[in-house]
Amino acid sequence: MWAMSVKEFRELLRDRRTVAMLIALPIILLVVFGYAANFSVERVTTLVVGAGSEALTEQLPPFFDVVGVDPAGTEQDATADLVDNRAEAAFVTGGTAPTVLVNGSSLFTAQATVAAIQGSGTDATVEVLFNPELETSWVMIPGLIGLIMAFIGTIVTSLGLVRERADGTLEQLAVMPLRPSDVIGGKVAPYFVLAYLDMLAVTILGALLFGVPFVGSKLLFGVGAAIFLVVVLGLGVLISTVSQNQGQAIQAAMFVVMPQILLSGMIFPLSSMPWGVRWIGYLLPLTYFIQISTGVLLRGAGLDSLWPSFAILSAMSVVVFGGAVVRFRRDLAPRLTADVPVPLPGPSTT
Amino acid sequence: MTFGVAGVHVAIDGVDVLRGVDVLVPAGDVVAVVGGDGAGKSTLLRCLVGRVAPERGTVTRPDRAAIGYMPSTSGTWRQLTVDENIEFVGSAFGMSGPSLTRRREELLERADLADVTDRLAGDLSGGMRQKLGFLLAVLHSPELLVLDEPSTGVDPVSRVELWRLIAEAAVRGAAVAIATAYLDEAERATTVHVLDDGRVIATGDRDELTSSFPGSISTVSTATVTERSWRRGRSIREWIPDGAVGSDGPDRRRIDRPDFEDVVMARLLADRMTRHSGPESP
Repeated sequence: MWAMSVKEFRELLRDRRTVAMLIALPIILLVVFGYAANFSVERVTTLVVGAGSEALTEQLPPFFDVVGVDPAGTEQDATADLVDNRAEAAFVTGGTAPTVLVNGSSLFTAQATVAAIQGSGTDATVEVLFNPELETSWVMIPGLIGLIMAFIGTIVTSLGLVRERADGTLEQLAVMPLRPSDVIGGKVAPYFVLAYLDMLAVTILGALLFGVPFVGSKLLFGVGAAIFLVVVLGLGVLISTVSQNQGQAIQAAMFVVMPQILLSGMIFPLSSMPWGVRWIGYLLPLTYFIQISTGVLLRGAGLDSLWPSFAILSAMSVVVFGGAVVRFRRDLAPRLTADVPVPLPGPSTT
Repeated sequence: MTFGVAGVHVAIDGVDVLRGVDVLVPAGDVVAVVGGDGAGKSTLLRCLVGRVAPERGTVTRPDRAAIGYMPSTSGTWRQLTVDENIEFVGSAFGMSGPSLTRRREELLERADLADVTDRLAGDLSGGMRQKLGFLLAVLHSPELLVLDEPSTGVDPVSRVELWRLIAEAAVRGAAVAIATAYLDEAERATTVHVLDDGRVIATGDRDELTSSFPGSISTVSTATVTERSWRRGRSIREWIPDGAVGSDGPDRRRIDRPDFEDVVMARLLADRMTRHSGPESP
């Protein structure tokens, strides 16, 4: 048994990725669950509109972080601002009692807002927009659509490409008269199609089974999903270029997918995370896809408010997929010193 | 046309793998590269097909469309059937229609794979998979055919058929370069290059290589110097360097006309002795 343990330790210590995982994973889990796993909402970004807005603003407790006051604003203006995600709640004054519009697409924030108003003893009327019953599934499914695409795009794609390397057929492909773009495009296209079909299936089933609405533009959502898919496919290709076998690819892919589940805002609100952890979320593509999917599906948001997420995802797609293609091309076509046939001296014998 | 490498140096991770290697592969010839594990055989072939970039030297090869390459892993797609493998490789080389069908049927018949066309490559035996790999490499009738240990794991009967296919490819005009660890196979080649520690230590055809070699070879009942001995069937061979005593004796018999396998072994041992410890004193 001693010999077996020594052998196992030696093998383990030479597997750098496993060692890195053994060291990094507990630290990552501690940090994430210690800081990011926070359902409590401390502050809610708030707009106050209408004739009594200035007076009301002074009375609001610190929980309501007032980011805009517009005495000339109407309920329609406030609703439009919530659609564009400029605030989580809006107080509409001017009547006998103020109306509080709450953005129901941010579940925990909306729940905290409703609880805060009901607990304040005011006679304000609460109206939850975009998710009136505060259904968890309505908020989770737009994120789940992205997660499924990330899973297929990153893990399944990297496995498919690494299989080519592990079986020795990448060697074969590199010698065949195929352009690197044909090889990469041909390898990635099926995963793009499959992930896109999965996205459509989850979106349709989400609507049929859970009644998740689709308020906004289908075209805008489709384009956003396609751009996001390019990013995650690029991550899959990148992982495949640094992995020699499927085990290594799964390890690396887990490091990419796990943080997206925990830090993208899909489960824990980004606004509740301290900045020491939140910045990681802003580096993850799923964060921006969730902003697009919840924005389009639940709030009916348009490109005029979602363009920052589109722009960041587009930039990510160029950087990540471009980097992946460059690395994969390098694997396929190493630098050669002589591509053109040159004359050789005559045969020699010993 | 003659393909090949000239004065090629290759280093991988700072270790010299090929050191000034010259190997010519003329059209119509079968050129074998033999050597022990780590001698540099696979690197040489990968250099020839363009997968490894040499630090120095020149490589002559045709356009990729005219290269057929079978890596040591057989180069077959395990999740595809035999037919699907052929279809994919055929389309990659621009083959389709009747020409692909004819070539496919001809090669499947010759490789004895006609009955398993619907079987996944991953479900084939090791030998059948090697034959499929060979079939894929020759499918497009390449000008340069490069085979990395194609007969490893292939049964003796299939090896004969495989070598017949290799010879046919050469007869049709292909320049064939083959790496093998089997010396009995290598002697069928037009030219043999004996590779050791990244250098070609001997080159020639079977007769040239067996006509002269350093020292002598004896059959012994018990090996006296294990580093210079090897088993051949039921007997033990021992190489005696030039000037050393003991080529004849009561328990040993000098071989006057050693065959190809014995001579290659003698050359490898002589080279290693020179490299590691210098000439051994008698």
